[in-house]
Amino acid sequence: MNTDGVLVQALVVAFSAAFTGNILLTNFLGMCPFLAVSRQVKTSMGLGWAVLFVMTGTCILNWVVYWHVLVPLHLEFLRFIMFIIMIAAFVQFVEMLLERYSPVLYQNLGIFLPLITVNCAILGAALFMVIREYTFVNTVAFGLGSGAGWMLAILAMAGIREKMKPDRIPQGLQGPGITLIIVGLMALAFMGFTGVLSGG
Amino acid sequence: MNGAGGGQKSVKALAMEGLWTNNPIFGQVLGICSTLAVTNMVMNTLVMCAALVVTLSMSSLSISLLRSWTPRNIRMMIETLIIAFYVIMVDIALKAYWPEMSQNLGPYVGLIITNCIVMGRAEACANTQPPLTALVDGFFNGLGYSFMLLLVAIPRELLGMGTIMGFAAPYFSGPHWDKWIIMVMPPGAFFMLALAVWLFRSIQGPQQKEGAK
Repeated sequence: MNTDGVLVQALVVAFSAAFTGNILLTNFLGMCPFLAVSRQVKTSMGLGWAVLFVMTGTCILNWVVYWHVLVPLHLEFLRFIMFIIMIAAFVQFVEMLLERYSPVLYQNLGIFLPLITVNCAILGAALFMVIREYTFVNTVAFGLGSGAGWMLAILAMAGIREKMKPDRIPQGLQGPGITLIIVGLMALAFMGFTGVLSGG
Repeated sequence: MNGAGGGQKSVKALAMEGLWTNNPIFGQVLGICSTLAVTNMVMNTLVMCAALVVTLSMSSLSISLLRSWTPRNIRMMIETLIIAFYVIMVDIALKAYWPEMSQNLGPYVGLIITNCIVMGRAEACANTQPPLTALVDGFFNGLGYSFMLLLVAIPRELLGMGTIMGFAAPYFSGPHWDKWIIMVMPPGAFFMLALAVWLFRSIQGPQQKEGAK
């Protein structure tokens, strides 16, 4: 395949990861922080950036570890442990770097970084990447697309929740209940993207 | 009631807490990440729940056994490794004995590692309680979780496919029932869970207030 083909393919992967196969809205990954942190646009933005960054970084790292360390050694069954360790190490490393070189960014993202280690979207993205046997370029695209899709979803959610604050909601439905209904509606909207890819 | 951990909470109290008053899903809305996706078929849900109950009880037991030897500042890492150990065993067993199911569940079995409930129970209970209490607590929290997921899964499969566990249901598979395909797609999961949480919070609401305030 020539370079154009590779790029187009990567674009398709990124697009489908962000929209048609949004990791939050169709695969339900990363729901816990999504429900807990989506109250304000500002904090959501911080968490969104952190997820985008970590997801891309760890996808690349895990791709290398899986295909160049675990597969040659026939240790594929260790991938859960390896991925978790790589993710934890990556997050720790980024935290240290940020603290040292960019205190401003550290203050904004700092509290979110440790949370991300246990974000299932990150591990989920790594596992999907293995199951779908992406090439390196596609892995990068997939990480970027998934992170961007997650960020988009949490930002939209935070925007809606901020607007909704004064509304009166039945008692049992407050908090998680109404949020889940909104997520459902968002998932419906995102399903509309499905036709875009199959058409092209 | 053959005594679980003398002087600690009784099995009955633990069961009540895990299944009802402190149910991980509708109380705290935790750990729904990895499992909403498998609730479109009742069979998938059952297998996933079994995997979770096994992992949760066994990891609670192990963490509790090791609790006095675990240095406090790296306990999270050790807990994660213990959980990952059991998840890998479940995953390998599933691959060996039921490959189709393993394929259906895809990455979600592996994602039990990052399921907040397992970690939550490890931190909240297994860390401080004696082994038997931790085991019972993990077991009932797992059951409470399964019960909630089945509540989401049964209507989804029934309304969306007209079947339950693959068997045609009397009225819903007939020509009079227009299948709600949306129920087996992602949005259906969100709506069903929202309704379930709503229902249980409404029932529980008054009691909770008395307890909390």
